[in-house]
Amino acid sequence: MTVEVALRHRFGNFALDVGFHVQRCGITALFGPSGAGKTTIVNAIAGLVRPQHGRIAIDGRVVLDTAARLFVPPELRGAGYVFQDARLFPHLSVETNLRFGWRRAAERADQARFAEIVGLLGLESLLARRPRRLSGGEKSRVALGRALLASPRLLLLDEPLAALDAPRKAEIFPYLERLRDMERLSMIYVTHSTEEVARLADEMIVLHEGRVAAQGPVFDLLSDPELGALVPSHGAVFPATVAEHRNDGLTAIAFDGGILLVPHLDRPLAAALRVRLRADDLMLAREAPQAISANNVLAAEVISVHAQHATQADVRLRCGNVKLVSRITRASLARLGLAAGQRVFVIVKSVTVDPQPGTPHDAE
Amino acid sequence: MLTAAESEALFLSLRVSLVAVLCALPVALGIAVLLSRIRFPGRSLVEGILFLPLALPPVVVGYLLLVTLGPREPAGAWLLAHFGLRFAFDWKGAALASGLITFPFQFRAMHLALRAQDPALRQAAATLGAGPLDRFLNLTLPLALPGIVAGAITAFAASLGEFGAIITFVSNIPGETRTLPLAIYSALQQPGGEVEAARLAGLSIALALLGVMLAGIADRRLRAALGG
Repeated sequence: MTVEVALRHRFGNFALDVGFHVQRCGITALFGPSGAGKTTIVNAIAGLVRPQHGRIAIDGRVVLDTAARLFVPPELRGAGYVFQDARLFPHLSVETNLRFGWRRAAERADQARFAEIVGLLGLESLLARRPRRLSGGEKSRVALGRALLASPRLLLLDEPLAALDAPRKAEIFPYLERLRDMERLSMIYVTHSTEEVARLADEMIVLHEGRVAAQGPVFDLLSDPELGALVPSHGAVFPATVAEHRNDGLTAIAFDGGILLVPHLDRPLAAALRVRLRADDLMLAREAPQAISANNVLAAEVISVHAQHATQADVRLRCGNVKLVSRITRASLARLGLAAGQRVFVIVKSVTVDPQPGTPHDAE
Repeated sequence: MLTAAESEALFLSLRVSLVAVLCALPVALGIAVLLSRIRFPGRSLVEGILFLPLALPPVVVGYLLLVTLGPREPAGAWLLAHFGLRFAFDWKGAALASGLITFPFQFRAMHLALRAQDPALRQAAATLGAGPLDRFLNLTLPLALPGIVAGAITAFAASLGEFGAIITFVSNIPGETRTLPLAIYSALQQPGGEVEAARLAGLSIALALLGVMLAGIADRRLRAALGG
């Protein structure tokens, strides 16, 4: 599964000029602040806008080539779309909404698949209802199911969680994680939320002022100090597993650089997790700290120091095979005299742990 | 209960109005869809022309029909020769006049219903594999249905009362073009016809009441069915 995108489009004062390839299953986040052109890009991939210049190929099939005056209409592109506002058809029941794309798919999925998606998204009890009688979170799940049942080769999601409050978001996250891990499907996920990228995405494309500023694995880019200015509350994200449930109420989780202790996690031993350590939550010490309240102190080595900001600096660290980043003040940087290659101790103030419900599959 | 002449006028009125509404409906729908999708300069002028039958005196509409589709006019003769369609002094002429006069009611209701639709839903349907005709039949049309039905019922009720255009274009022929309003007029022309006129007027009032009630019920049912 590949998506090739090259676009140039100008509207008003804003110029979009992007090019990227997506070459894997799973979630690729299209990340950037509002007005960075993210929605225009997915709308162009779906065929909902005609860019002034560009070429787009989905799975090797060219669906847009302005030089050759080629434009494949959206209904023939095989790209599913989950809109921020769900856009369910008000005159149809949930079940008929779900079957809308399913009935029209070139290769219609069988009834077992319909039941599977309904089960995966927990829609059994909603099937007879009208969209008007659904909550925001339920609408999002139906929109997701409706798009999936059209058997798309590519699924575009435009800020599917942005209109939801925190509890509703928490309700949808596990479903998106399950889709990522269990469906062999490429998803392009538009968001401006670092949290959503950290929790869901495998790869990310960072947009800045209408251009691609960076593209790469989330595990690398979120801890990249060079992108600190573009990614709010950046930090390290890496995989981990449940190692031990201790009798002091803490759970030990193992990662490729040591062990972290977190409050009891209701997950079985060896369960896959995704751990996030924000740059603001990591303190640095030259010597092993004694008698402190923090549960987690990791030994690490300084890879590089990035003091591009007036008062703050990002320190990139290696802890085993995992790269971390810590944001400290420039005053602290000067006092500690940090430089590449030095051994330091990382005091972890807070750990965010996201359970990973499915079994990750290999990248295609 | 009803005399032969009364039921003749009643059923003729119903037939004329039904044919008038059903024939004008697809035309009004087609124009309303085009106007809701295509932007062009002079669109408001076109919309104004479409509302003209409502503003013109019905007698003028009847006159215009007479001078274009009368049996000795070229257009009328052509229709008769090629399609065997005869409008002058025929109930079909009454239906044409009624359909024309009540066209704005249908057009207006459809126009509003289509303009109120969110184009975002059509985009969603397209990403789910629905082509233009599919989107029209399965999304645009069902969502506009309350407007279409409301417009048709209003037009039907208005058509039952049409007088000036009918009497001018197709005259007042018993059993052919003498609809209820024309029958009331004829009764009043006769000495001692007041009772007959009152009976026919009562019939018209009952019909109008029935129409308005039906329109209300249909509107509620459809809106509920469409999840509005």
